Amino acid sequence: MSIRLHNIAKHFGATQALEPLELTINEGELVGLLGPSGSGKTTLLRIIAGLESPDRTCTPSAIYFGERDVTQVHVRDRRIGFVFQHYALFRHMSVYDNVAFGLSVMPRSSRPSSAEIRRRVFRLLEMVKLEHLAKRYPAQLSGGQQQRVSLARALAVEPDVLLLDEPFGALDAKVRQELRRWLRHLHDELNFTSVFVTHDQEEALELSDRVVVMSNGRIEQIDTPDTLYRAPKNRFVFEFLGDVNHLEGHVANGVLTCGDAHVAVELPDGHEELLLRPHEIRLAEAPSPESHLPVTVTAISPVGAEVRVELAADWLEAPWLATVRHADFERLALSRGKRLYAHLRRWHRFESNAASLRSPATS
Amino acid sequence: MKNVAFKRPGSTRVLPGFGLSMGISVLFISLVLLLPMTGLFGQLFELSFSQYWAIITDARIVASYTVTLGAAAVAALINAVFGLLLAWVLVRYEFPGKRLLDALMDLPFALPTAVAGITLATLYAGNGWMGRLLEPLGFQVAYTWVGIALAMAFTSIPFVVRTVQPLLEDLPVEIDEAAMSLGAKDGVAFRRVIMPYLWPSLVTGTGLAFVRSLGEFGAIIFIAGNMPYETEITSYMIFVRLQEYDYAGASAIASVVLFISLVLLLLINVWQGRFVRRLHGGKG
Repeated sequence: MSIRLHNIAKHFGATQALEPLELTINEGELVGLLGPSGSGKTTLLRIIAGLESPDRTCTPSAIYFGERDVTQVHVRDRRIGFVFQHYALFRHMSVYDNVAFGLSVMPRSSRPSSAEIRRRVFRLLEMVKLEHLAKRYPAQLSGGQQQRVSLARALAVEPDVLLLDEPFGALDAKVRQELRRWLRHLHDELNFTSVFVTHDQEEALELSDRVVVMSNGRIEQIDTPDTLYRAPKNRFVFEFLGDVNHLEGHVANGVLTCGDAHVAVELPDGHEELLLRPHEIRLAEAPSPESHLPVTVTAISPVGAEVRVELAADWLEAPWLATVRHADFERLALSRGKRLYAHLRRWHRFESNAASLRSPATS
Repeated sequence: MKNVAFKRPGSTRVLPGFGLSMGISVLFISLVLLLPMTGLFGQLFELSFSQYWAIITDARIVASYTVTLGAAAVAALINAVFGLLLAWVLVRYEFPGKRLLDALMDLPFALPTAVAGITLATLYAGNGWMGRLLEPLGFQVAYTWVGIALAMAFTSIPFVVRTVQPLLEDLPVEIDEAAMSLGAKDGVAFRRVIMPYLWPSLVTGTGLAFVRSLGEFGAIIFIAGNMPYETEITSYMIFVRLQEYDYAGASAIASVVLFISLVLLLLINVWQGRFVRRLHGGKG
């Protein structure tokens, strides 16, 4: 079932949590709402669920599930499944009763028989691989297990859309990884429309078909993870999606100067700030005619596919983070305190007034 | 090594001060709680069992048990319903004057019970504000068991509110939201999801309110009218015996109240322990 939001805004008292926004989520899509805390992502999710209502403004707002207008529909009749960050399981009920809850509170006329409920609950428990724990109580389960129960409970009522509010936020890194993959498989298998909220860019990029990046109650960009990472629309998106290094200086005659460092750039004269991803910095033992960026290695972390190196220099305000392949690491014989020269493979630059390109608040 | 002298060999307790704090606690309990009780039982031994039995089964006394227990039960039930409602309102909603209402909840604790009693009596007497309105309707409050129940409800309402309130505060709103997102109607969500959390505290609060009502004296005697067999409460009967310098008789009646209260408190504790175990998933 597709989700269509039209002119949705939200105030909490005097603070604006969401600026008027439009969003369409296609049928069968898994969409991540990504943003720092306070960006309005959870509010947006709760509005889709019907747990919050959008502001009443002179221009009407509307929420559609497929062709169904659910703007005025109460959360209990919206046919959604909601998964909470802290599971919100009913702790006085067994796992079985938790999952069966949605079916057992249906009006008598549409409620399945108890044998049918039993069959469906066990099918769901099998799906989340917890059928052997049906008689347990939530307090006896681990966090990951509880979140799986909570997911099974939400799916039991066969919702039109599944909404997840930071579903893995309270779990430790390893379980989070596992559940993430598992949710992706489940989504592909059952093909429901889902929206999840996260502040973890890695999670959003790994899990989603499309990512909605939000900040300060605005949608900054909606794109596939790949496009988002390669072609961020503005500086906020670029900075939020990964580690960023800054190089600030004055450009004159195609050369950016910053203290005793300088690098050739094709930019008009004036004050400029360049942004670099860690993998866009190359380290060498000598400067080149185009680039003279002396740095000192201050920390080395050789974990993972690449070595992460922290670089400092008196012309840098904040230290840089660079990633180096293990082969290069050995060739350069990197060690703490070693003096090297940085070269830029690529750099990014966003207009400082990029904010004006975003949709203004007036409508 | 001075230090060693205070330590029993093999003592490996990390938290300091157990001996001292436990000692003072026991001393305090002995002086404040156990000593008066012992005194009470001491008085009892002046009576033979048949004398004791005759006193506590005297028709007038038995009538007072009925009045006291009945009125306390009614008061406790009223408090259970309205105390739960008050706690709910205080926790779940924001409204102007919320803090004032919250503070008002403790007023029955703070007010001398005799003051409450006199106020209630004047209010509900035939010529009082409320009495003037109610009596023409054939509804008499003062000098009936209704008045007794009312006075009991007044003095014991904080027990219910203050035991339910913290539990309700701990209950995340997500629990309601989860129930609603699963299609539960408000009533169903309340009955199947919220009440099970509140049961233990509600029963404890109601039980405490009931026990408190059994022993209430000051607030009731003014409004009760104290008519033999009709509106005499047990604590009034004790008071009467004391005025007659019949300490043994007073103790005998008091022992009955004490016994009922203790049994009730014990039952509540046992029941609650079992309930809490269930919340944590059976015995495992």
